Amino acid sequence: MDQQVLDRLYDIVGPDGVVAHKSARSVYDCDGYTLEKAVPEIVVLPHSTEEVAAVVKFLNRERIAFVPRGAGTGLSGGCLPVEAPVMIGTSRLNKIVHIDLLNRYVVAQSGVVNLWVSNAVKEQGLQYAPDPSSQQACTIGGNIAENSGGPHTLKYGVTTNHVLGLEVVLPDGEIVTLGGTVEDVPGYDLRGITIGAEGTFGIVTQAALKLTRQPQAYRTFLAVFESVHHATQTVSGIIASGIVPAALEMMDTLIIQAIEEAFHFGFPTDAGAVLIIEIDGLAASLDPQTERIQAICKHNKAREVRIARDDAERMALWKSRKRAFGAIGRLSPNYCTQDGVVPRTKVPDILQRITEVSEKYQLRIANVFHAGDGNIHPILMYDERNADETRRVVQAGKEILNACVDLGGSLTGEHGIGVEKMGQMPLIFSPEDLMVMTQLRSVFNPDNLCNPNKIIPTPGGCIDVTTPRRQVPL
Amino acid sequence: MENTAFVDHEKFFDCVHCGLCLASCPTYVELGTEMDSPRGRIVMLRALQEGHAQLNDEVVGHLDLCLGCRACETACPSGVQYGELIEGARPFIEQHYRRPMLERGKRWLMNKTFPHPWGARLFALFLKVGAALGLARFAHSEAVPATLRYWFGLLPERGSVSSAPLLEHYPAIGEKCHTVGVLSGCVMSAVFGATNQSTVKVLRHNGCEVLIPKAQSCCGALLLHNGDKQTALALAKRNIDVFDQLDLDALIINAAGCGAMMKEYGELFKDDPVYRYKAARLTEKMKDAAEFVGSLELRAPTREVRVKATYHDACHLAHGQGVREQPRALLQAIPGLKLTNLPESDWCCGSAGTYNLTQPEMAARLLERKVGNIQATEADVVATGNPGCLMQIQAGLRQSGLPMKAVHTMDLLALAYEDEPGSGH
Repeated sequence: MDQQVLDRLYDIVGPDGVVAHKSARSVYDCDGYTLEKAVPEIVVLPHSTEEVAAVVKFLNRERIAFVPRGAGTGLSGGCLPVEAPVMIGTSRLNKIVHIDLLNRYVVAQSGVVNLWVSNAVKEQGLQYAPDPSSQQACTIGGNIAENSGGPHTLKYGVTTNHVLGLEVVLPDGEIVTLGGTVEDVPGYDLRGITIGAEGTFGIVTQAALKLTRQPQAYRTFLAVFESVHHATQTVSGIIASGIVPAALEMMDTLIIQAIEEAFHFGFPTDAGAVLIIEIDGLAASLDPQTERIQAICKHNKAREVRIARDDAERMALWKSRKRAFGAIGRLSPNYCTQDGVVPRTKVPDILQRITEVSEKYQLRIANVFHAGDGNIHPILMYDERNADETRRVVQAGKEILNACVDLGGSLTGEHGIGVEKMGQMPLIFSPEDLMVMTQLRSVFNPDNLCNPNKIIPTPGGCIDVTTPRRQVPL
Repeated sequence: MENTAFVDHEKFFDCVHCGLCLASCPTYVELGTEMDSPRGRIVMLRALQEGHAQLNDEVVGHLDLCLGCRACETACPSGVQYGELIEGARPFIEQHYRRPMLERGKRWLMNKTFPHPWGARLFALFLKVGAALGLARFAHSEAVPATLRYWFGLLPERGSVSSAPLLEHYPAIGEKCHTVGVLSGCVMSAVFGATNQSTVKVLRHNGCEVLIPKAQSCCGALLLHNGDKQTALALAKRNIDVFDQLDLDALIINAAGCGAMMKEYGELFKDDPVYRYKAARLTEKMKDAAEFVGSLELRAPTREVRVKATYHDACHLAHGQGVREQPRALLQAIPGLKLTNLPESDWCCGSAGTYNLTQPEMAARLLERKVGNIQATEADVVATGNPGCLMQIQAGLRQSGLPMKAVHTMDLLALAYEDEPGSGH
């Protein structure tokens, strides 16, 4: 890195805000997606929105590309510095600025950890509803970039449904506010298009987050099935009955075995599939729903239906589910999590296709997913020291996503496109679609200096040009 | 630089780089730099072992800054044994990296002092003399170098250091149900003699015959943290020999740091043809004092202790040994005691073995955070299960001018049992 550039960055953020030593910045070479790595030339850790703006303004003037990074828990390489020398971390923007209990919102800086928000208002009976599985570590800024979901999105919606307004440093260094602290700000929903833009429209430094009441009561079930087919029938049955569960999660045999070894919850390791079903709401409403859910499970040949006896057991069950990805570390040195979507009724079909892919590429694949909304998470296991196996994982992952698209689904439910799935965007978008998206990006990020080489494949890049099989309206 | 494997290489592959550990790491949350996070340190450790990274000031600085609190192990879904990775690297660093002279001197002194009975007594003497001279008041003096100021701040109040010796044998009070050994500990016996007496009292009141062989030694934890593995193993062998020959139901440890270390004896000696069986056998019997008493059908304490108490989880008890509920349950069993929740109770206080001596700046930051949380509870006492935490937190409370006291869980519990004539209580 040019010494003058370095000096200027030191001037803006101070010596403790710059990570320049090779040994130090090499720990920033990837996020939770480890198949591709790139070490940034420098990492800058601003202490305030103003510092972020000054850094970005300077980089824009010098025509130096940059990537934002939160906690680095992303699963599609969204913060991988591809031809972007500077990484801007939000870890120091970690303050909850303001809590307004009466109007039910929190203003938090983007480096605040998701769970800290709920913890801050727990005593008052409130919560921040989006609960991605990495919520113990992932940041609000990252959640906004990826429009993160979580097990409870089925009932409560994803990040965009819970963000009222954003403070964003645009790629030219200007600080703007999109949305506000009240519902429905008139005009175009610029807040809405920035959420899920994977950090390509600017760097979010602060957000107003909606608070919701904690449900009065929960009922959490663990239903055990001999086969995925029966579990899927149950999912469809519950939805068809008119019940809106807070969460409907499915796990297959391999993942059950991994998490049982990790957390000793008491999962039956010989089951074909288990469902975690949660309903919440007014205590009085739960008993009739419980009876119906139990009946639907039994009708679909559930071997057993357990109900969490108390809050501790419910938390233990969710801990097992939310940390399922990590538990795979006990089965395999490395893994790659895929994130596709299929129509809910096609779950058995996609699982059949995954089994075929697993056999074809000689890979172990475990499945854990949000069955309620058809968001699948196959986990492909490999050993990075085996180059051939690593290549097979990449191929197999692509094939699974292609199958999702074939079945009428999509490439990502919540992990984002990042660098991982950029090459497959043409599977669901026509060149015209992608052109329109590029034009939209150019409104915010005309020179593509902010998180370049993400989401939209660049012409001439290493992508498979395929005829789009399905047009998705923008 | 020669490429020596300092830990089993496969253990690095337990880490899947998910980052779920980040927000559990006190140094990461304080600094916001991933080199000071568990995941970042694992990346550096692996690069070191594979020879991709040099052992330079930068890398050693970040590794040294690790508290070894193992909060990341609690957070990790993948079962990474982080403690083993970092402890494995410490001797490697000591062998291959030359620290600045002052730093080397400080480490040499610590390694020579704590593990020996005379050294621990010397330390106790330093604390007593320092307290008597009132050196603590220089903790805020600009005339004193920053490091010394911090050390002076740790000095206890006059008269609070007790090193009353223990007997080798105590009979059970009432019906005898168990025979237990007790590790007297170097810092515990030199500075917290009264807590050792309390531990014995609680055990006796719960039907335990207590054996405290004089031939036992330091557990070796502080040496291992500072990279002197050889001496640490020698001390461990001595303890194994001494305690293994007694017919014990349990070996009780009331210092969380020692307990976490001793529970690793089995792992430390797994390749030793002579000690592997003995070590494994003894490790099975090791129990933290609160863990053990909490597992018994408690003989109800009768005396009222009217205080509002809160509980701080010592890292090596909560994260190192998974003991969280038992101490709280014991406190709640004390008549008259009201237990209140401490926010961030399992967040390191900055003591971390000798960390507050080697990394005073970060230790002070963490202490400030801890004291702030304790103050918010408005409790009269904060109970915990480790001597390092007791000294650190007490110093922090005193420096902030707060009237609260840090006490060992066993001290509070002992107050609730009747004194035995002649027991010294």
